[in-house]
Amino acid sequence: MNVQPTPVLAIDSLRVEYPLANGSVFTAVENASLIIRPGEIHALVGESGAGKTTIGNTVMGLLEKPGRIAAGSIHIDGKRFDPARGSAEGIVLGRDVGAVFQDPMTSLNPLFTIESQLTEAMRFHLRLDKAAARARALELLESVGIPEPKRRLKAYPHQLSGGQRQRVVIAAALSCNPKLVVADEPTTALDVSVQAQILKLLRDLADGRGIGILLVTHNMGVVAQIADRVTIMHRGKVVETGTTEEVLRRPKASYAKALIGAVPRIDQRLDRFPVLGDEGKGRAEQARAELRAKAERSNVAAEEAPILSVENLCVDYTTSGWLPGTKGHRFRAVDGVSFSVRSGEVFGLVGESGCGKTTIANVVSGLVRPTAGRVLYRGQSIAGDGASRRVGPLRQAIQMIFQDPYSSLNSRMRIGSILSEPILFYRLASTRAEAENDVARLIEAVGLEAEAAERFPHAFSGGQRQRLSIARALGARPKLIVCDEPTSSLDVSVQAQILNLLKDLRDATGLTLLLISHDLAVVRQMCDRVAVMRQGQLLEQADSETLFDAPQHAYTKELLSLVPTLDRIRGETKAA
Amino acid sequence: MKTLAATPGRFIRLGAPISVIVAAIIALVLVACALLASWIAPYDPTDLASFELINAELPPAFTADGDSRFLLGTDNQGRDLLSAMLYGARVSIAIGGGAVLLAATLGVTLGLLAGYFGGRVDALIMRIADVILSFPTILLALLVSGIARAIFPGAATAEWAPVILICAIAIHEWVQYARTVRAATMVETAKDYVRAAKVIGLPPRRIMLRHILPNVMSPVLVISTINLAAAVLTEATLSFLGVGMPPTYPSLGTLIRIGNEFVFSGIWWIALFPALALVILVLAVNIVGDWLRDRFNPKLRVKR
Repeated sequence: MNVQPTPVLAIDSLRVEYPLANGSVFTAVENASLIIRPGEIHALVGESGAGKTTIGNTVMGLLEKPGRIAAGSIHIDGKRFDPARGSAEGIVLGRDVGAVFQDPMTSLNPLFTIESQLTEAMRFHLRLDKAAARARALELLESVGIPEPKRRLKAYPHQLSGGQRQRVVIAAALSCNPKLVVADEPTTALDVSVQAQILKLLRDLADGRGIGILLVTHNMGVVAQIADRVTIMHRGKVVETGTTEEVLRRPKASYAKALIGAVPRIDQRLDRFPVLGDEGKGRAEQARAELRAKAERSNVAAEEAPILSVENLCVDYTTSGWLPGTKGHRFRAVDGVSFSVRSGEVFGLVGESGCGKTTIANVVSGLVRPTAGRVLYRGQSIAGDGASRRVGPLRQAIQMIFQDPYSSLNSRMRIGSILSEPILFYRLASTRAEAENDVARLIEAVGLEAEAAERFPHAFSGGQRQRLSIARALGARPKLIVCDEPTSSLDVSVQAQILNLLKDLRDATGLTLLLISHDLAVVRQMCDRVAVMRQGQLLEQADSETLFDAPQHAYTKELLSLVPTLDRIRGETKAA
Repeated sequence: MKTLAATPGRFIRLGAPISVIVAAIIALVLVACALLASWIAPYDPTDLASFELINAELPPAFTADGDSRFLLGTDNQGRDLLSAMLYGARVSIAIGGGAVLLAATLGVTLGLLAGYFGGRVDALIMRIADVILSFPTILLALLVSGIARAIFPGAATAEWAPVILICAIAIHEWVQYARTVRAATMVETAKDYVRAAKVIGLPPRRIMLRHILPNVMSPVLVISTINLAAAVLTEATLSFLGVGMPPTYPSLGTLIRIGNEFVFSGIWWIALFPALALVILVLAVNIVGDWLRDRFNPKLRVKR
């Protein structure tokens, strides 16, 4: 064995604290140690609040006050990090340490060209003149795989796609030949196909240039695909660390096992997600049974016909022109889509961002009017040609769950009034006391305590809010719930709980779900039938098993092959 | 930053600097004095029969020729200046407050409608707002009170003058509320909780009042404080110009106008004391308002 090169990053028993207003101290990171050698990608995994981003920020000297390093040491390229200076002796952020942030839409300044953003650091840190900096910027854009780099130099960020912007951010991080790149959720905001390209780029940079990369992520699939080593964090503590293969295949800590188990599998369908502690189950089941009894009283005829049919749906968005009253560009978001949803099934609509799936959700739930085509609910037109006004039972029958649990509950209203609103509006309860009782049953049915009614939304976590959002949708006693990316802003373990909840509710109350998602693994776990969309068109629809095992359309095949999964672990494939 | 330990806890928790706390206390004291005018004023300045011309133009009590009955002296009618100021401040604050209330109600309603419905409703409301903004406040207020006096004979009386003044001031100030609320409403309308309310099928009126309104109110409160000071000033200006409160029921502005005629005859107190009271009131309210604005505007908020 030859001499080990100096690690680009060595963190030894690091402890980061935030003093609180009441005098006590919140420990964000406790006793964390990790070592990254040149050319190595080290993944830092955990759920939100685990302290992984805190470590990333500390290394970059971006730890916000009043946070402080209470113990331990950080060495960057062998030089000790000085908390007072926010960097190590001779190490300059932006030159020796590059940063790639999560959201490519906001990490570039919209007022400057790509060229000025790329050359800024080089001119400042490397003292390059204008021509040299431009030549190097060109070279960088080429190396991160941006087509027509010469033309792109003159472009502004809004003229590039999300993936291209993230490449520019990576190019900027590389501009001064850093030894270490800290990438904080670099692909979370991107579509799978773009994600695959960015991940490959990061891997190539590590292999080709010997850069050490600290990859902060919550996505196990990403870890499996490109990381050499993994550290799993939970509530500020390192629970497990080792090579990717070791940790993902044979996790030792129970938290690591649970986290890996909660990752939705794309290769096979499970009945439920394994989650830690399904507490309060009995009460929830009883509450659901009551809900079901009420729903059946109001629902006498259950037909065999499709509950929802979408026929030749087209939706155009027009921008307004220069003068009032004129019309500008016309953009067809949904182009002749037809499908039907059977009563009691879970129907999935998948596609990348901008494919029109959310527009369809909005049309079905009545938020957007179609340009052409129509939507039928039990044979009655509810949107488009010959649509009757959507009031009363027709409105009530279709409810919606939204993506962002932080904006979907009115922060100025108590949970009780939020949930009782549909109940009182549709006169589903004759007295206020009965409505309150119904609210309590709803809250229990989604697995929370009935006392939640007294509190405001800010008292709840993202997952709990999403449960409450589901409870509100259930309050109107709908037949169909449109779920628009219901779990994409949640941690995997919370996602698993919410998906389990949706499954249980479907089984208990006979609901029909229209699930909109970009996450193929989630769709596989949840849906009976699936439709794949691209650029406003429906490419393929089939039973879920058929679609995932034998996809017909080339695009579906491509999508499926790009999803990072736990089956293809780096290192294993090399060995094989 | 230093905070006063003895003031109520809320200000301390909000981290108010000492100048703001002092300003808030002064504003509260002035407003309280004005509201309690009928109890604390030594004389009734609206009772014309009680004035005696022999007492006219007496200097303040603390000067050599002063009369101990009249602490701040008397005006040209023999009216006790302190009492007139207390009543005058009450009129000023009432008109200012009324104008703010009317402007806020009108502006918030129109802003909500414009922001929620967009399109033609929005275009109509906002173009009207643009037209109104192109007039200076005073010009528009003069126009309104002038027209009101021309077509409505009772407009200059003590009963109707405040109503006309409130309308004349509010007609310009609602625009600020409408613009702010419209922008905030557009942001809130795009949020999922409003979409959820739409999916439930709630009617627009209910969504606007119950869901959006509480979420757009904090900037309205901030604008209101700053506008209160501006409205008091506008009222004073109008009264100074002679289209405001009549001399029989003077506001601070009317008193300054009366005093203005005597300043060059060496009778300085009739103009000075009401002017001082006005400056202190407006300054105090402005300081509190500015601080509130900075406090609620994250872009202006400095990290401590």
